[in-house]
Amino acid sequence: MQAKKRYLTLFSAGACVILLFCFGGIQVPLSRRGPGRDDQNEHISPRQKRDANSGVYTARRCRMESCFDFSLCERKGFKVYVYPQQKGEKMSESYQNILSSIEGSRFYTPDPGQACLFVLSLDTLDRDQLSPQYVHNLKAKVQSLPLWNGGKNHIIFNLYSGTWPDYTEDLGFDIGLAMLAKASISTENFRPNFDVSIPLFSKDHPRTGGERGYLKHNTIPPYRKYMLVFKGKRYLTGIGSDTRNALYHVHNSEDVVLLTTCKHGKDWQKHKDARCDKDNAEYDKYDYREMLYNSTFCLVPRGRRLGSFRFLEALQAACVPVMLSNGWELPFSEIIDWNTAAVIGDERLLLQIPSTVRSIHQDKILSLRQQTQFLWEAYFNSVEKIVLTTLEIIQDRVLQHTSRSNLMWNSLPGGLFTLPQYSTYLGEFPFYYAKLGIKPYPKFTAIIHVVTPLVSQSQPVMKLLVAVAKSQYCAQVIILWNCDKPLPAKHRWPPTSVPVIVIEGESKVISSRFLPYDTIPTDAVLSLDEDTVLSTTEVDFAFTVWQSFPDRIVGYPARSHFWDSNKERWGYTSKWTNDYSMVLTGAAIYHKYYHYLYTTYLPASLKTMVDQMSNCEDILMNFLVSSVSKLPPIKVTQKKQYKETMMGQSSRASRWADPDHFAQRQTCMNKFASWFGTMPLVHSQMRLDPVLFKDQVSILRKKYRDIERL
Amino acid sequence: LVSGMYASGKYSSRGPALIPRMKTKHRIYYITLFSVVLLGLIATGMFQFWPHSIESAADWTLDKRSVHDAPVVRLPVSSPIPERGDLSCRMHTCFDVYRCGYNPKNRIKVYIYPLQKFVDELGVPISSTGLSREYNDLLSAISDSDFYTDDVTRACLFIPSVDVLNQNSLRIRETAQALAMLPRWDKGMNHLLFNMLPGGPPDYNTALDVPRDRALLAGGGFSTWTYRQGYDVSIPVYSPLSADVELPQRQPGPRRYFILSSQTAIHREYRAELERLKEENGEALLLLDKCSNLSQGAASARKRCYKGQVYDYPQILQESSFCVVLRGARLGQAALSDVLQAGCVPVILADSYILPFSEVLDWKRASVVIPEEKLSEMYTILKSIPHRQVEEMQRQAHWFWEAYFSSMKAIGLTTLQIINDRIYPYAARTYEQWNNPPVVKWSSVNSPLFLPLIPPRAPGFTAVVLTYDRVESLFRVITEISKVPSLAKLLVVWNNQNKSPPEESLWPKVGVPLKVVRTKENKLSNRFFPYDEIETEAVLAIDDDIIMLTSDELQFGYEVWREFPDRLVGYPGRLHLWDHEMGKWKYESEWTNEVSMVLTGAAFYHKYFNYLYTYKMPGDIKNWVDAHMNCEDIAMNFLVANITGKAPIKVTPRKKFKCPECTAIDGLSLDQTHMVERSECINKFASVFGTMPLKVVEHRADPVLYKDDFPEKLKSFPNIGSL
Repeated sequence: MQAKKRYLTLFSAGACVILLFCFGGIQVPLSRRGPGRDDQNEHISPRQKRDANSGVYTARRCRMESCFDFSLCERKGFKVYVYPQQKGEKMSESYQNILSSIEGSRFYTPDPGQACLFVLSLDTLDRDQLSPQYVHNLKAKVQSLPLWNGGKNHIIFNLYSGTWPDYTEDLGFDIGLAMLAKASISTENFRPNFDVSIPLFSKDHPRTGGERGYLKHNTIPPYRKYMLVFKGKRYLTGIGSDTRNALYHVHNSEDVVLLTTCKHGKDWQKHKDARCDKDNAEYDKYDYREMLYNSTFCLVPRGRRLGSFRFLEALQAACVPVMLSNGWELPFSEIIDWNTAAVIGDERLLLQIPSTVRSIHQDKILSLRQQTQFLWEAYFNSVEKIVLTTLEIIQDRVLQHTSRSNLMWNSLPGGLFTLPQYSTYLGEFPFYYAKLGIKPYPKFTAIIHVVTPLVSQSQPVMKLLVAVAKSQYCAQVIILWNCDKPLPAKHRWPPTSVPVIVIEGESKVISSRFLPYDTIPTDAVLSLDEDTVLSTTEVDFAFTVWQSFPDRIVGYPARSHFWDSNKERWGYTSKWTNDYSMVLTGAAIYHKYYHYLYTTYLPASLKTMVDQMSNCEDILMNFLVSSVSKLPPIKVTQKKQYKETMMGQSSRASRWADPDHFAQRQTCMNKFASWFGTMPLVHSQMRLDPVLFKDQVSILRKKYRDIERL
Repeated sequence: LVSGMYASGKYSSRGPALIPRMKTKHRIYYITLFSVVLLGLIATGMFQFWPHSIESAADWTLDKRSVHDAPVVRLPVSSPIPERGDLSCRMHTCFDVYRCGYNPKNRIKVYIYPLQKFVDELGVPISSTGLSREYNDLLSAISDSDFYTDDVTRACLFIPSVDVLNQNSLRIRETAQALAMLPRWDKGMNHLLFNMLPGGPPDYNTALDVPRDRALLAGGGFSTWTYRQGYDVSIPVYSPLSADVELPQRQPGPRRYFILSSQTAIHREYRAELERLKEENGEALLLLDKCSNLSQGAASARKRCYKGQVYDYPQILQESSFCVVLRGARLGQAALSDVLQAGCVPVILADSYILPFSEVLDWKRASVVIPEEKLSEMYTILKSIPHRQVEEMQRQAHWFWEAYFSSMKAIGLTTLQIINDRIYPYAARTYEQWNNPPVVKWSSVNSPLFLPLIPPRAPGFTAVVLTYDRVESLFRVITEISKVPSLAKLLVVWNNQNKSPPEESLWPKVGVPLKVVRTKENKLSNRFFPYDEIETEAVLAIDDDIIMLTSDELQFGYEVWREFPDRLVGYPGRLHLWDHEMGKWKYESEWTNEVSMVLTGAAFYHKYFNYLYTYKMPGDIKNWVDAHMNCEDIAMNFLVANITGKAPIKVTPRKKFKCPECTAIDGLSLDQTHMVERSECINKFASVFGTMPLKVVEHRADPVLYKDDFPEKLKSFPNIGSL
């Protein structure tokens, strides 16, 4: 009784308050103060409130704010530590690939004291107790790790969890405050902006490089032989059977071909139902690959777990995935806008799926299909890409205000090549001019790489400096003094109308020519060797060409690569050929961003190799740019045959005359190709000339006359 | 306050039977508790004079009924209360999608309950404000939109007319009971509630406290812990100032102040932090607070002060590049709306806050989010943002306000569109549609062939020859083209209805399939029809009198097209020029150093552009071309340049196409009337497109070794004519 009274009183008091408030609200209607006016001075300090959060919101309610220690990332930036592998601990190939991808990345640190993120060397990929890969006693093993710290700042990779019959998402050990990078994760268990949903990939998924997408053509009309296909197991019992059991309703054996088989597992005969025999027979009639490549849409229904291999297969095959897996948090959903590359269906509306996909417009199909290819190659085609994407997503969260925007993740060349630490402004990258409706800054900065001392005023570098500075598009010249002799006095340089800045190279290594100097005020960089011979006209013309192709290298002398099938390796040629795949950066225009990418994206191993040989920096730059743009560089016409005719005049010619030089370059190519995991270079058969180049018309009509004069 | 005391007195008088029996100790305890709560409420400024009650406004109607006529519904005390709301709700678990069904328009139908006035058993309304003007605006906007249906059986989404915008004015329990009484409530399934001010003192929940079963919540001020991603919708807190104040348009650019803080209820810890920043950076920061010398009321909301100096609010917001939006007790702040309206870039410091409409809006383009802990580093962080980016953010911020924040209508319809996009994801608005302001939409291009693909050589190209009756010349062209290695098929478009094409036996023998298509009308656009017979991506459009192109030139053209499959790659180049004297565009075919068009009398392009030309050509251009029997090539150049934003590629120096003895430049004809007509086309098309899409370049594509001192026989394409 007493308790009841108390409650009643309390309630009446509450009611009083409300009532009072009602009147209050009406009494002072004149005073119009803004909404949300809540003076919180009376409340607890926000600092305390923040601290309180981290105590309350743990485990399933973890968020970065409450379960992650940002201060660890402020020491050395975003560095990732991998626990040393313990003897006797078995590890799947997939997990080994994950770890070596991290160890090979620029985020890796061997020092846990510098790390912001920790990765276990215990294989957590397969947490299905029935699986041979299952690691036992994980709980104890994890708890005994000295750096575990309740899982704080740890990330746990997982592909499979739970087992027959219910396939729960439980990992079988307490992950504490650790983040999950998990395949087939459900929206229910997914902790937004904390976990990362990764795709399910097979053990054959390549560690690095990765296959390209299958799309070679944009055929018009975009329809393929089949509209919608699926081929997979049907589960007679247990979780995930409903949707696949119902597929036969929409199968029409013409353009909608949805095939299931009951034949899997030992005792399928025991559970088999009335449709099994018919389904199995139909199933055997079709070849999966043939269907995959010849269908406009591919159904990706849930399997035992929410995600299935069908997803990546469809993506690679440019078969637009039709997701039928309610509650699946799609891979990298935090950053990928899946509506641009897939059709998100609803299992409850299976019967509508055919009419839905048929209603999708041709233009949309064309764009969905291309987007599957972009996403496949940008984030999915190798274990390394999947791992790096995971890490970059977390880095974006850690750095917050210097994180990638939606556009950076969802348009070419993708987030792994777009580093927001360079700039958060899209207009400072070479990729988004058209999207933003803007143009690159209409001037360039010339960087002349000098390695020989100044001895005479007639030295090639003097002429070069004058010629380049005379270009109407030149904003500034930077002389990078990588010569052992001390800097010459200012007056030794010829007078020019544009500012000339001399930078003394600190380490005098060749890679320093590609450093992202703050003193480059323009989008375009004209990179020059000191012995390059160029006229103002040639520079002007090349720059106007570059403005049409700001994401490529535009240069003069070109080189080519080829596959040497006898030696089973890549070959390098400087011969005059009918095509090329590189232009030398001793005379080339490209976007400033590539300096940044060269310096930060490429691994120290490759840069050191280049510096030690003082060679191949141009090849490496071409590899980098082509791997970003997927396109060849552009060769423009030149007055003279450049270095070939210049040899013997300058000191650097020795470098070119050196027989080792050529062999080195061949070695470089193969080293680079192995790091990139693929050969990014692409051939081109054309050269861009001025419109009236060598035309039989008065030279006075021509704008770029000097190019033709010898 | 006086009225408050009066009210409580009145209420107490109803319960004398209960209170006297309590022990005095308890009574004192309760009175103290009560006073504390009361004082707390007043002290925290909880009294919201918003939303505005509209019950006194007589002119309002919904469903043609006055608010005053709304039937009164009495809630029994024992009336059921919905469950609290399930944090695990998602569209696939708590939303009945069958109600939305398959819908060819891909548009959800929204039903609004008729207005009712809910009162408890004692006749006291469940809300102190009743229906607010804001909620009324919202409901009217929805009922005027094409989401609305008055047929409850066809509805996919239900919106109660119970106003829960401001939790402060609600009686939680009774409101919940009222919701549960709605005839279609059904555990809140497919019901949508709008709330902008959630929670109450002292801990201010970040979501509406009213129990609501499975109802979706469009809430202002969600934190990551209460927001059900993909189910709830995070909405802005509407600022009533936006209806009252019209700010002058300001172009993006530098402002007098770098950072401005204008909120009045900033926690003292944060204010101290801001003061410190001001000390360090001086004039760049303006730190405003409420004016102590002004009387409270409407005027004070429009004034801010700094050391006795008075500033007009929100006008002052336009004087700063960045404006601080700090969390208060609530995460969602109406100041955000004011700041956006002023085109000031909001610097949002509200940890765990789910930004308004974050499901579709890219806030990185319009704001800077800084963790509260980093407040002291704000200045450094903001200084590192490039100027050009700040300007774009300013523009973006204002545009977000205009499109999504400016009125209750905008907020309501945006919310419905977001839900609509979830239900029909394949018809959802794109990122660009949501996020690109008109000026960007207008100038940006998203090429439909955006993937960097160099298609394989093997499929080759289909040559489409347009002909009328020049059979002899046609046969010569066919013979010449058939020598090109990558030719896959020849398609002759026979545009003469009065004459039949020659018999099959008379045609030249070629090694590839040759098809003749007879057209129904002699129209130029027939050459650009996406015939099913064209099975390759690459199309070579060629006139029946282009006999000078060599096999090497054509093959090379195809190779160049493979490198630029999204462009027109052609031989005769032309230019458009601005005629300053006449003030209009002019067509130029002289020897120019520039190219902005290639003629489709001989050009490679992607079959996709045939499809575009036939079905997507803007305005009346297609008919205009057919009527004038001219300029189909210019139209094609406009179309491709407009959609790709790219210039065409002129290949090889070739200038003569029809005969060796012709003058160097030959098009259809060179006479003056022809030039005038072509110029007219350019002007006409530019006006239809609303812009001049053509891009001018100064280059052409030649084989790598063209004119190089190198043995001809080692060149892939030696036979490149010089004229």
